[in-house]
Amino acid sequence: MTLAARTLDYGFRDHVVGRALDCALEPGDVVCLLGPNGSGKSTLMRTLLGLLPRLAGEVTLDGRDLASWDASARARRLAYVPQAADSYFDFSLREMVEMGRTAHRGVFASPGAGDREIALAALDRLGIAALADRPVHAVSGGERQLALIARALATQAAYLVMDEPTANLDYGNQARVLEEIARLKQAGIGVLFSTHHPEHAFRIADRVLLLAAGRLAAEGPTLPTLTPAALSSLYGRPIEVATITLADGTLHRVCVPASPP
Amino acid sequence: MGRAALVFASAAAALAAAVLWSFSVGRFPVAAADVARALWSSLGGGDSGLAPNVEALVLQVRTPRILAAIAVGAALAAAGAAYQNLFKNPLVSPDILGVSAGCALGAGVALLLALPALAIQGFAFAGGLGAVALVVAVGTWVGRRDPILTLILAGVVVGSLFGAGIALVKYVADPYNQLPAITFWLLGSFGGATPEDLLVALPLMAIGLVPLALLRWRIDLLALSEDEARSLGLDVSKLRLAVIACATLVTAAAVALAGVIGWVGLVIPHAARLLVGASFARVMPLSLVLGAAFMLAVDTLCRTVAATEIPPGVATAFVGTPVFIALLAATFRR
Repeated sequence: MTLAARTLDYGFRDHVVGRALDCALEPGDVVCLLGPNGSGKSTLMRTLLGLLPRLAGEVTLDGRDLASWDASARARRLAYVPQAADSYFDFSLREMVEMGRTAHRGVFASPGAGDREIALAALDRLGIAALADRPVHAVSGGERQLALIARALATQAAYLVMDEPTANLDYGNQARVLEEIARLKQAGIGVLFSTHHPEHAFRIADRVLLLAAGRLAAEGPTLPTLTPAALSSLYGRPIEVATITLADGTLHRVCVPASPP
Repeated sequence: MGRAALVFASAAAALAAAVLWSFSVGRFPVAAADVARALWSSLGGGDSGLAPNVEALVLQVRTPRILAAIAVGAALAAAGAAYQNLFKNPLVSPDILGVSAGCALGAGVALLLALPALAIQGFAFAGGLGAVALVVAVGTWVGRRDPILTLILAGVVVGSLFGAGIALVKYVADPYNQLPAITFWLLGSFGGATPEDLLVALPLMAIGLVPLALLRWRIDLLALSEDEARSLGLDVSKLRLAVIACATLVTAAAVALAGVIGWVGLVIPHAARLLVGASFARVMPLSLVLGAAFMLAVDTLCRTVAATEIPPGVATAFVGTPVFIALLAATFRR
């Protein structure tokens, strides 16, 4: 019961992006993928999703080679949450989330009553059921991102892979999306997400993967792995991690880039 | 749901009104009641009691023409809606992609060789597929940065290449018999459609439209990015090929029947989306009805407003060009 990569080489036919990578995602795990621009985060995610063929090594889903999975069966087990992008096609949130039922239906079928219920439940779980009939263009970026997460939930997959789910969101919406990801963990869903904010990892991730130029620079449980030294070497400038105590007594970690020496 | 139902009812009413209007008006006006009587008697409802020339006008002149306009309008609008989803591009249609020109070249060659109606259809389909293949090849080879614009330019280029082929066909055509027929047909007209033409074209349109209707829900997913659609379990390449084949077959049947009529396939799907949202399951049926009503209304105007008939393709261009410019502005001026 894992999505796992072993000694994985990934990238494109004419351009290797990463080499000899090992990682694993289990149900109920929240794993955060950190790395500078161009470190190969998105390419790794596409490979783990089976959207890009691996170059060498192996990727397995529940113990079976990912490439041997039928596309529909894979989609019922492993879902992708892309960044919300602009599109001319103005579906309602309900219609968008119902698309998550594709792999559960035959080629010529349309969503049935059961699918509509599941879609609405997914919207409800993310607190946006009231917006179900609003067109995508009429909701905020944060709500659109939540709808994409709802669509992934509607697939009833055990693993969600999210490519920078907080990118392009304002501060409040970032917090909202992170809270929802943390709640998926309680439902036993495994989440792999990438971000440019190490603080997001401190907030919700059980484990972190630090990716530098296609190789794992460090990997492990969030607190011991995400040290100032590891962050500084990852991003190429000194970074300090401060612990602050909030009014309710909880501890929070804050990253501050210091000036280069 | 109430709103969509109202829209569909209004569109159907508009189509019915257009049919009635088109039967009655013309150089020889026929009262609506007489139209109904003639149609009723033709369906086996007894003697109409009308003068034979009135009955012939309704049944043999206006009926095929009306059927042709309805079929072509519906076909082009549905094909346009499918192409727009397929290419995630609001600015494409059978004519803008060069598909219509490809079909026209194929049909033109078949006319030149004096082939039978079914062969004309086959040649039109082959020409249309050739045009799509070229457009897709050029678009994917060149268009990483701005796929929307590249595809349109590729369509323009391919369209003009096939246009040159059509010019060549006209050049070598026999100037006394073939050339006028080819020229007249190319301008786009429903007046020449015979019941035999309809018997070939309508089943072919149905063969293309039925799979599109069955795949309606999956066609929505083509509007997503390829990664998204594949991650949801969709076999994107297979669905794309199916949609290309169906939309091109429908276009080819329309072009072989009535020549190149532009803009319907661009304007009508947009109107449909404005009225009922983006879902192809609603856009396709509404495009069929609106396309039919629009094409029939345009053709009826074209044969009644002036002393001589105006080709309907000319009239649709007057409507389509400003809409295209508005869409262009909406897409690129944000």
